[in-house]
Amino acid sequence: MKHLTTFALGTLLAMSAGAVEYKAIQPEKSKVTFQYKQMGVAMDGHFKKFAAQLNFDPAKPAAAQAQIEIDLASIDAGSSDADDEVVGKTWFNVKAFPKATFVAKQIKATGTNQFEVTGALTIKGKSQDIKFPLKLAAQGNAGVFSGGFVMRRADFAIGEGMWAKFDVVANDIQVNFQLTAISGK
Amino acid sequence: MNNSYTAIAKLFHWGMALVFAGLIVLGFVMTDMPLSPEKLQYYAWHKWAGVSVFMLVWLRLVWRVLNPPPAYPSTMSPWVKGVAHLGHAALYGLMIVIPVSGWLLSSAKGVQTVWFGVLPLPDLLEKNKELGQLLHEVHEALNFVLLFLLAGHVAAALKHHWIDRDDILKRMLPTRSTTTQKDTV
Repeated sequence: MKHLTTFALGTLLAMSAGAVEYKAIQPEKSKVTFQYKQMGVAMDGHFKKFAAQLNFDPAKPAAAQAQIEIDLASIDAGSSDADDEVVGKTWFNVKAFPKATFVAKQIKATGTNQFEVTGALTIKGKSQDIKFPLKLAAQGNAGVFSGGFVMRRADFAIGEGMWAKFDVVANDIQVNFQLTAISGK
Repeated sequence: MNNSYTAIAKLFHWGMALVFAGLIVLGFVMTDMPLSPEKLQYYAWHKWAGVSVFMLVWLRLVWRVLNPPPAYPSTMSPWVKGVAHLGHAALYGLMIVIPVSGWLLSSAKGVQTVWFGVLPLPDLLEKNKELGQLLHEVHEALNFVLLFLLAGHVAAALKHHWIDRDDILKRMLPTRSTTTQKDTV
């Protein structure tokens, strides 16, 4: 019941604000980063190129559509050695699989400007459903969507052969994103 | 007057000689390797051992202050004694400066040093590719200076032993207690 009222309140607020719908992603104000562990050392990386299609009305999350496409060759994995390595066959194999995609299947409101997203993550020809919390912060006519999830590189055959063991490069990869989208009518 | 080094001082000397030799060989091997899990492992081991000797050298210096080494034989001229003191001071200095340069280079390259994969050392420098490369060269150059001094150190010890026929080398060699000597004879 309480859930329903906050949801209704959120809907009302959004409606009174004039039913914004976030659409165009501003790449310069957006980022997709990841963290992984190598020999017990936390390493940071990010992707320089990605594109997203978005139709997101916070008042109607069930009708929202979201899709993000990451250009895997644009990776910065922490060092030029690592960048050269991870585009290769045993890691992302970007020649055969240049992009990683995420397509949202279901978006549910869990609170004010808080959502739970379920969708398919596809990397290297392998697809898996993931679920993660999403936060929205309105900034003028822009909305900043942020969230993150942990993926296991082995589920997508990222790092095969001599890299398949997790003693040097850990299996868990924390992925975080922050996408700024402008609202349209 | 005691004319030999303490057993602890000998242990420090030979133990660290071994670790430094291993570190230098590992350093050259690992930097020449193509990227592989072993390469990353060797880098981690090199750093762990480097941090360890950095701490050991301070213990060694404390021990040296508390247990001063035996005096040089009177057959050595003041000039030669001065050179010997200077050489040893430079060796100690390098044993401190080289690990520090490695730590800094690691920071500048964006790979934090985590001792034995457990204890993270603070990064004293921001990630900076050019500085990282420069520090790499400094680290390497300092090791060449160390190798040069070590060659002099060994040559001097052998000269004392075979040409001057004094006890400079012998007083750093492991000694057996008199009882074991009786047993083995």
